[in-house]
Amino acid sequence: MASATDKNEFFTVAAEPQVNSNIPPGPLAEKWTQHKFNMKLVNPANRRKHTIIIVGSGLAGASAAATLGEQGYNVLCFCYQDSPRRAHSIAAQGGINAAKNYRNDGDSVYRLFYDTIKGGDFRAREANVYRLAEISSNIIDQCVAQGVPFAREYGGLLDNRSFGGAQVSRTFYARGQTGQQLLLGAYQALSRQIDAGTVKMFPRTEMLDLVIINGKARGIITRNMVTGKIERHVGDAVVLATGGYGNVFYLSTNAKGCNTTAIWRAHRRGAFFANPCYTQIHPTCIPVSGDYQSKLTLMSESLRNDGRIWVPKTPGDKRPPHQIPEDERDYYLERKYPSFGNLAPRDIASRAAKEACDAGRGVGPGGLGVYLDFSDAIKRLGRQKIEERYGNLFEMYAHITGEDPYVTPMRIYPAVHYTMGGLWVDYNLMSNITGLFVAGEANFSDHGANRLGASALMQGLSDGYFVLPATMGNYIASEKPEKVDINHPAFAEAEAEVVERTKKLLSINGNRSVDSFHRELGKLMWDNCGMARSDESLRYALSVIPKIREEFWQNVKVPGEGEELNQELEKAGRVADFLELAELMCIDALHRTESCGGHFRIESQTEDGEAKRDDEHFTYVAAWESTGVGKPPVLHKEPLNFENVQLATRSYK
Amino acid sequence: MKLTLNVWRQKGPNDSGHFETYHTDKVLPEMSFLEMLDVVNQDLIAEGKEPIAFDHDCREGICGTCGMMINGVPHGRQIAGTPTTTCQLHMRFFKDGDTITIEPWRAKAFPVLKDLVVDRSAFDHIIQSGGYISVPTGAAPDGNAIPVPKPKADYAFDAAACIGCGACVAACPNASAMLFTGAKVAHLAALPQGQAERYDRVLRMVDTHDAEGFGGCTNFAECEAVCPKGISIDVIAQMNRDLFWANLTRSQPKAKKESH
Ligand SMILES: Cc1cc2nc3c(=O)[nH]c(=O)nc-3n(C[C@H](O)[C@H](O)[C@H](O)COP(=O)(O)OP(=O)(O)OC[C@H]3O[C@@H](n4cnc5c(N)ncnc54)[C@H](O)[C@@H]3O)c2cc1C
Ligand code: FES
Repeated sequence: MASATDKNEFFTVAAEPQVNSNIPPGPLAEKWTQHKFNMKLVNPANRRKHTIIIVGSGLAGASAAATLGEQGYNVLCFCYQDSPRRAHSIAAQGGINAAKNYRNDGDSVYRLFYDTIKGGDFRAREANVYRLAEISSNIIDQCVAQGVPFAREYGGLLDNRSFGGAQVSRTFYARGQTGQQLLLGAYQALSRQIDAGTVKMFPRTEMLDLVIINGKARGIITRNMVTGKIERHVGDAVVLATGGYGNVFYLSTNAKGCNTTAIWRAHRRGAFFANPCYTQIHPTCIPVSGDYQSKLTLMSESLRNDGRIWVPKTPGDKRPPHQIPEDERDYYLERKYPSFGNLAPRDIASRAAKEACDAGRGVGPGGLGVYLDFSDAIKRLGRQKIEERYGNLFEMYAHITGEDPYVTPMRIYPAVHYTMGGLWVDYNLMSNITGLFVAGEANFSDHGANRLGASALMQGLSDGYFVLPATMGNYIASEKPEKVDINHPAFAEAEAEVVERTKKLLSINGNRSVDSFHRELGKLMWDNCGMARSDESLRYALSVIPKIREEFWQNVKVPGEGEELNQELEKAGRVADFLELAELMCIDALHRTESCGGHFRIESQTEDGEAKRDDEHFTYVAAWESTGVGKPPVLHKEPLNFENVQLATRSYK
Repeated sequence: MKLTLNVWRQKGPNDSGHFETYHTDKVLPEMSFLEMLDVVNQDLIAEGKEPIAFDHDCREGICGTCGMMINGVPHGRQIAGTPTTTCQLHMRFFKDGDTITIEPWRAKAFPVLKDLVVDRSAFDHIIQSGGYISVPTGAAPDGNAIPVPKPKADYAFDAAACIGCGACVAACPNASAMLFTGAKVAHLAALPQGQAERYDRVLRMVDTHDAEGFGGCTNFAECEAVCPKGISIDVIAQMNRDLFWANLTRSQPKAKKESH
């Protein structure tokens, strides 16, 4: 596969890629069942002798901790919030997919599989995605049994809706708070295990490094965020379920604390980072209102089921929306993509909004917004129905903007929302470091280059409730991890590095706050590695990032001490890691000269401005090996083989 | 906008704490309350002082991490005029020249860790003592096997919407967590799936509530008034009904075991 992608001054390519996906043999539909049967088991009586470290208590981490605890393992679970119930999964609004076909509208496991593969622009593994679709139904059953109050119809059965990118109604939801209810379900299952003594929970505890002994992940180094104490934890395996790294852009729909530290530290210790440049920009967020802005708020894309997106036809039209007559409005998604209309997938809807705004047709302050208009839906269905469907979203919008969306159309703009990239894992969710597993948004699997709506919740819970509990037993039973304890020199060494780094951050005492660096990095990334990227923009970013990083380590100001609750110190450590990750994202984006999914490369588009994929050169997963800060990483290519679906141009017209 | 802030500063759990006054003229009406504090903190950092510590995460009103007393009321409910979290309170509700007093939640069960940050692990303990349905992973029947009438499902959702922020406790003159506890009890009791453990659950949760140092409910209803999610005190009545039945059966010998 010789091509322009084979290296440049920023990276090298591994002659013999060290990425074995370990996909089981056999027909697609039987792989998982067969694999489950072939895997080794751990005798129930022996399980409690094995400790499993799980970092993260979001959907992926909490469901894994609850299930492994219930199976009898000794689980240690960590999160940075004050309670596991607050992981950012809580903020998911729209829903969770499952191939139940309760609507009898032609859904099936195969269709969910196909939609997800296609939605991901043919950059995900067939086998993983099929398993996800297969498990999807069990997730709903599990959650219902836990008491998750999904929306129901008058007959008492579960309600569904359709979600961006799908032509069937397969999305289950709990008003506009699906993530909250699913997470509380997992949190309650976790709480039950904490009460039973199988899981020990460490809230307000941040993982700062991974400990590897004899080539296997055996522990972590953490900081107690209340006392500042640096601590060692040992286990037979380590699971990272630490969420996405969208905050590298500073402004995103992620929570303020979302970070890359856990997976980045693991990457620095040898774990490959796959497809870091695949970020999802969500089309329906509340636009930025000023420089002080600290985060962006998503409006669930379920709104696109009933809202119509438009901008004025004439650039610079400053009239208030209701004064712009129908024939002077451009419902651009309905016009360009008649069969999907306002439900076009996220990457397409986001880019179309950017195009409209770049052409001077944007609305609101700075012209960075488009209308999402419910007046037709309110006329058709009545206000009450709309209130029932989206009440809390409308309320949230009104709260933030001070405008009433029942009367004035909402203004929306795309924002960074989800990261498809993450640590590389094989079919068993194990990274290339033996014993290091990665679940949920933190891994790269399943969503390819673009994630469809309502599929992240599904993946997090599939990983945690069903996949890890099966593959973990196999790992423990076949590897039989030897006895080690926290006095092993590898622990001392990792701890010393963490202590050193913390001291360094506190001692610089420069002139700029952590936030000022984070904002600078974020803007650079948004402008140059955001919704559209080019060779020029990426090279520019790659010339600036090392300078920001250098200045950071010479001029950052972190007040306070290490042995106390110190929020500036927490932020400083995270921003330091973002400053390294950003570089890898740009290198990955630069090397991938095709457009695909969330990665739109300016040089690679069709005549009518649609993304142009390059299957000949890029049908692979880019897994990056670190060689040190600022040093060229090594690219390991995992080829993607499509045996069941045909690579096709993704058309939503 | 120009503002004067009286902010509670407390170095650590053992420090006695005090108010400090800050002035700022950089506030814009579009900012959220936490963004206003961000601005003040950036100035403090520039002056070489320690920024004000406060808990926050999602900043969109759903994680329940943020929370402070604003002019004596949790989340500044009285200022917004509608239910809100601190992160969703916007500065447009304040006037130029206002003085704002900011304090942490005050309750025996929520000790202050630093400045405006409190320890709410007592809430987790309440849930751990029974706020769940015991269903092992993989043992669930089809999601549609048991229909749930829509009104029941809606009621369960309304109760389950609690974000666990602690405003109810902070507002209550007795520092009671009955709204929080009742919300989970009512959510699970409304569903067919929650019946098997219904009475045992309420007993255990209420016992833990009391053991954690929360006070009793004497029907002030201040909790309902400040709840960002509008949880109704009906859940407390529901919990008390279940508790009544549970106590009746608790005093009897465990019938099921004896009959074997
Ligand atoms: C606003 C919003 C709306 C969304 N809506 C939908 C939707 O409708 N449908 C859908 O399918 N998906 C949706 N998504 C995506 C989906 O919610 C997330 O991808 C998913 O919930 C991530 O779950 P997770 O368990 O991987 O991570 P998270 O829930 O983010 O959990 C991460 C956990 O890791 C812990 N952690 C992180 N770093 C560290 C560290 N260094 N040390 C210790 N602990 C650490 C955190 O404390 C937390 O417990 C949405 C996302 C957002 C932001
Ligand atoms: S920060 Fe999450 S509710 Fe306010």
